[in-house]
Amino acid sequence: MGSNLFVNFYETVAMILFAVGFTTLLLHKNMIKKIMGFNIMDTAIYLFLAVKGYINGRKAPIIVDGVTDTSAYINPVPAGLVLTGIVVSVSVTALMLALTVRLYRRYHTLNIDLISMRAKREDL
Amino acid sequence: MDFVCNFPPFSIIFCLACGIISSALNGRAAKRLSIALVSLVGVMSACVLAYTVKTGEAFIYVMGKFPAPWGNELRVGTLEGLMALFFSIIMLLSILGGLRALETDVEEARMNLYFVMIDLMMSSLLALIYTNDLFTAYVFVEINTIAACALIMIRANGHTMVAATKYMIMSLLGSGLLLIGICMIYDLTGHLLMSNIKEAIGVLAATGQYEIPLTVVIGLVCIGLAIKSALYPFSSWLPDAYGYSTASSSAVLSSLVSKGYIFLLVKVFCRVIGFDVMVGHKITNILFLFGILGMIMGSLNAIRQHDVRRLIAFSSIAQIGYIYMGIGIGNNAGLVAAIFHIMSHAASKSMLFICAAGLSEVSGGSKNFTDLKGAGYRNPAAGIGFTVGAFSMVGIPLFAGFTSKVYFAEAALTGGEAKMEIAMVTLAISTILNAIYFIRAVISIYTPRNEHFQNAAYRPAASMVFSIVLFISLNLLLGTFSYPIANAIGSGLFMFG
Repeated sequence: MGSNLFVNFYETVAMILFAVGFTTLLLHKNMIKKIMGFNIMDTAIYLFLAVKGYINGRKAPIIVDGVTDTSAYINPVPAGLVLTGIVVSVSVTALMLALTVRLYRRYHTLNIDLISMRAKREDL
Repeated sequence: MDFVCNFPPFSIIFCLACGIISSALNGRAAKRLSIALVSLVGVMSACVLAYTVKTGEAFIYVMGKFPAPWGNELRVGTLEGLMALFFSIIMLLSILGGLRALETDVEEARMNLYFVMIDLMMSSLLALIYTNDLFTAYVFVEINTIAACALIMIRANGHTMVAATKYMIMSLLGSGLLLIGICMIYDLTGHLLMSNIKEAIGVLAATGQYEIPLTVVIGLVCIGLAIKSALYPFSSWLPDAYGYSTASSSAVLSSLVSKGYIFLLVKVFCRVIGFDVMVGHKITNILFLFGILGMIMGSLNAIRQHDVRRLIAFSSIAQIGYIYMGIGIGNNAGLVAAIFHIMSHAASKSMLFICAAGLSEVSGGSKNFTDLKGAGYRNPAAGIGFTVGAFSMVGIPLFAGFTSKVYFAEAALTGGEAKMEIAMVTLAISTILNAIYFIRAVISIYTPRNEHFQNAAYRPAASMVFSIVLFISLNLLLGTFSYPIANAIGSGLFMFG
C-alpha cells in the first residue's frame, strides 16, 4: 500500500494539491485566497490528467520521421481535456475576480464573513 | 437520417449564436430575439419528441462525423425530447411573467446582457440534456454556472452580489469534484462517451477490478452534482440567491438550473455507471437519507420566514429533497417519480416566483407578509396563480404536486421495507409542514387589509397574466393527465438502457 504512493508519486501529489485547494476554497475567509484555492484545485486536476495521459518513454503525438505506429506516442486526449479545462477555469477566475472587485468597492473588505454581515445590515 | 434528427444540435447552436448576437443588440431587440428563440427551441423539441415517440427508439447524432470512440455525440430519446420541450416552455413562461419586474430591476443599458445570459442558459441546459459525452457535459455545466451567476447579479445591489459570490463558491466546489470524478472515470475506462463508459464499467463491475476507485468516482460525481443542485446540507447559498434576484431569474434558477444538474445525475446513474452498479455501491441510500433530511429541514426553515420570496426559496430545498429521495429509493419507479417531480416542481415553483413578484408589485414593492395582506384582491391573476402554486406544493388533488407525491408513494412501496416506512412517514410529515406555511401564505394574501396600497389604476402586465394562465393550465395538465407523461418518462428511461 505504502509503496504504491511512491510509484504513483505524481498522482499522490495531485490529490494532495486538490485537497489543499478544495479546503482553501471552502474554508478560507479571504476572497483572493479563495480564488487562489480554486486555481490550485483545478491545476491539481490538470496535473492528474496530464500524468495519467503520459506513458514512459513515448513521445508527444506529433508525427515526425514518418513514424505512424501508435505505440510510439502518448495519448493526446488528456492534453485536449487539460486545454479545455484551462479555458473554463480562466473564465471562471475572471468572473470571480470581477465579483471580488465589485464587493471590495462596496464593502471595503475582502473578508466574506464581514461582507455578508455588512450586506445584511444594509437596508434594501 | 430524417431532417428532424438535426434539430437537437441546431437548437444548441442557435442558442449560442443568439447569445453572441444579443450582445450587440439593444435591450428590446435582444428580448424579442430571446423570446422567439426559446419558442423556436420549444417547437423543435416538440418535433424531436414526436419523432422519437413515433420511431420508439433513441437516435444518435454524431457531431462532425467522427466515429464513436473518438467523436462527440448527442443522444436523443423520448425523455430527452420531453425534458427539452418542458424546459423551453418553462423558460418562455418565466421570461414572459417577469418582464415588468425586469424593467424595474435591471438598467435599460444592461437589458441586452440579461438576455445574452438567458440564451446561454438555454444552450447549456439543452446540451446537458442531449449530450452523450461526459466532458462536454462538464463544460456546459460551467457555462450554466456562469450564466446563472450573471442572472443572479444582474439586479445590481449588495444582496445579489453577496448571493452570487456564495453561489459561485459552492458551485465551484461542486464542479471541482465533478471534474476530478470525470477524469477518474476516463482513467478507469479510457472513454468519454457515455455508452462506451457504461460497457467498460460493466466489465469492471463484473470482474470486481478497481472496486475502490469506482466507489470513489461514484461518490465524487454524486456529491459534486448534489452540491450544485442544492441538496440540503449544501444549500446554504440558495435562499439568498433565489430571494433577492429578479423574478424571472428566481423562476429560471429554481425550476431549471438545479433541475438540469439533477437530470445530468440521472444520466450518470442510467447511462454512465449503470443503475445496478450505483445501487450496489449503496450511493442511493446516502442520497435517500440526505433527501429525507432536506424535505424536513427545508420546510422547517420555510415556516420561520416572513419574506414571501425566501419562503418559496426554502420550499425549493424541501422539493429538491423529494427528488433526491425518489432517486434514492433505488428502483425504476423511484426514478420515474423523481423525473415527474422535476417537471411538476418546475411548473409550480416558477409560477410561485412570478406570482410573488406580481403580488409585491401591488404592495409597494415589499415582500413581507404584513404588507402583502390583501394583495390577492389587488392583483387577482397573481393571487389565483399563487394559490394554485401553493395548492400544488402542498399536494391537493388535481394539481401537479399531488400526482408526483402519489408516484413517490407508489415507488416507495416497492423500495424495500425500511425505505418504505421512512419515505411514507416523511412524506406525511413534509406534507403537513408544507401545508402550514403555504396555507398561511395564501390566507395572508387574501386577508383584506392595507387599504393604503389600493391603486385603482393598476393593471397587471398582459404578458404576466398570459404566463400565469398558461402556468395554471400546465399545472392542471400535469396533475390530471399524468399517465401519458409518466409513460413517456418510463419509456425514455427504458431507452437509456
